[in-house]
Amino acid sequence: MVAVSSPRPASAELAPGVPAEARLHIVTGKGGTGKTTVAAALALALAAGGRKVLLVEVEGRQALAQLFDVPALPYEERRLVSTARGGQLWGLAVDAEDAMIEYLDMFYNLKRSARGLKRIGAVDFVTTLAPGLRDVLLTGKVKESVTRTNPDGRLAYDAVVLDAPPTGRIRPFLNATREVANLTKFGPINRQSAGVIELLHGPLTAVHLVTLLEEMPVQETIDAAEDLTADGFRIGAVIVNRARPALLDDADLNDGYRIDLASLKAGLKAVNIPAVHAAPLADEVADYTQRQRVQAENLARLDVVAAPRVELPDLTPPVEIGELNELSAYLTVDAS
Amino acid sequence: MTRAPARLDIGELVRDPHTKIVVTCGSGGVGKTTTAAAVALMGAEAGRRTVVLTIDPARRLAQSMGLVELDNTPREVKGVADGQLFAMMLDMKRTFDDVVLEHSTPERAQQIFDNPFYQSLSSSFAGTQEYMAMEKLGQLAAANEWDLIVVDTPPSRSALDFLDAPNRLGRFLDGRMIRMLTAPARAGGRTGIKVMSAGFGIFSKVFGRILGGDLLRDVASFVSALESMFGGFRERAQHTYELLKTPGTAFVVVAVPEPDALREASYFVERLSAERMPLAGLVINRVHRTVPVAGSEPLSAARAAAAADTLATRTSKDARVAAVALRVHAETAALAEYDARMAKRFCAAHPAVPVIAVPALAADVHDVDGLREIGELLVAGAEQA
Repeated sequence: MVAVSSPRPASAELAPGVPAEARLHIVTGKGGTGKTTVAAALALALAAGGRKVLLVEVEGRQALAQLFDVPALPYEERRLVSTARGGQLWGLAVDAEDAMIEYLDMFYNLKRSARGLKRIGAVDFVTTLAPGLRDVLLTGKVKESVTRTNPDGRLAYDAVVLDAPPTGRIRPFLNATREVANLTKFGPINRQSAGVIELLHGPLTAVHLVTLLEEMPVQETIDAAEDLTADGFRIGAVIVNRARPALLDDADLNDGYRIDLASLKAGLKAVNIPAVHAAPLADEVADYTQRQRVQAENLARLDVVAAPRVELPDLTPPVEIGELNELSAYLTVDAS
Repeated sequence: MTRAPARLDIGELVRDPHTKIVVTCGSGGVGKTTTAAAVALMGAEAGRRTVVLTIDPARRLAQSMGLVELDNTPREVKGVADGQLFAMMLDMKRTFDDVVLEHSTPERAQQIFDNPFYQSLSSSFAGTQEYMAMEKLGQLAAANEWDLIVVDTPPSRSALDFLDAPNRLGRFLDGRMIRMLTAPARAGGRTGIKVMSAGFGIFSKVFGRILGGDLLRDVASFVSALESMFGGFRERAQHTYELLKTPGTAFVVVAVPEPDALREASYFVERLSAERMPLAGLVINRVHRTVPVAGSEPLSAARAAAAADTLATRTSKDARVAAVALRVHAETAALAEYDARMAKRFCAAHPAVPVIAVPALAADVHDVDGLREIGELLVAGAEQA
């Protein structure tokens, strides 16, 4: 089952914390931090090095279709984008029920019965009763795509990027295989789970944590890093998303952290902007500097996480397909 | 039914003695918990005995409200001006345990607690949290000791989960598969044979092979233990669900001005309307705004950026200062323009839904004073929206 060939050489060097040898990149983060966008940008960065990359979503949101502006993805790998150096980005939306049917078919040649089971609600029943089983099917499918080889023996994909569940659910998700292995002491699920556990905990996998420079996401990132490390997962990078740029430094401000109003008025006059705008602009600068201070505090709090950090800028307007390439450049070294 | 007002006054809503329950819902990371706490504080300070049920509050916010652990006990929040506010954090597993204990003998309960499936169902079943939040809400409402109950919904992928999960669990525990599994035990096999379809034969064969025969037997004994004591889990969920449809309930949908969050909000708004559930309105948190300019429109992002570029070619201190301020403004204005466009799009699609815009705060809220400030912004936001 273990694939042997090594990844194709990639010329663009990846940012620290994004190991080039990793074949599975798991991207998680608190809800609302933009982990799907970051997962897509990371997948593009990997593909830009000439790799064939599969981007996988597992939450049934069709987030990839929306991001890449393509029709809803079926349970089937679809090509999303071609990149420089012959790289390719493919997408897959994994559905637990379909994964189960595929699984039954693959191991038992039971596709028809499996369809019947789906009809009477058995698949739903089983995945409801043992919710871990759902996660086992999803991670099992991910493992299959990571280790799949073409007839020529080469890997089907050089790298797989998983847009994983948020930090609040990442541990049960990644540990599900272990849990279910405990429930089913024998049988094929138990046997298969060993391979999944080995992959997830092994050197081919890196878990990346996406955060915003806000209190709760930072706290969840710190907690998740600690917990996942304790569980034996390798933390890749902490990816700080939507960092607002530093547009000024303390030298621009007076002692009260305010901008000099007289100077501002004079400067505005030179570009024909009426003085009435000066005070509101100064208030905005004050608000901005306060946000920058909060941002800096939160950045400092992340220091307890030993993993390398990558900062992605806040792009306005928010990210759509066109901006993904811009973001992905931050995940390679040449750009930062 | 009266038409939805074009304006949502949260202050008025929580002061109204007819309002008994406020539910905040929305996708993850949009500030539901903070909004719920701020709404509850407003109710308490309006003189109503209020309890807020939170699911997963930020640590510091929880601490500021005197919540140190998940213990299902309402604790009085300090620092509330003339009024009583209690806060509690949902302990999902304990709530489930209580339901089991309440409806069975201690021996039977222990038997259930020991079953490995109970562990997984009570702690990680997708939907247990939602179900238990509803269960707790039902208990709080039945206790008759609160003027106002504010419920924060669990962080979930989809805002709809809160409405769907309890029914799903009820359906599940009351469903066809369970009946098939438990039928032989219930009717000594006779009914069992009648309901056992060909599909079920395949089911036990396939899952017996995959999961092992023991597992299926464990499942069967577990569900029959549960079933005999609940006698209709579904009714329980249904009862609370019905409670949510009464006019004393108000749903406040929470979002941020981003496509994903607003899409979820749209689904939720549509769903509430389809179910005839009382929607109070939408709160859009973290809206960027430029500071208003007396007697003039604020500079557009484009104009500010162009002026900053011109100034960048000069070296005087005045030019530098103005360029910096204009860049900050250009960034803020671009965000504000985007947010306004997002909000407008939602309003165009849902003209009957009142919208409140709450500006982005520079820092997170950690104390009662901060919550009060949010409350003021919620009231002010209605004036501007």
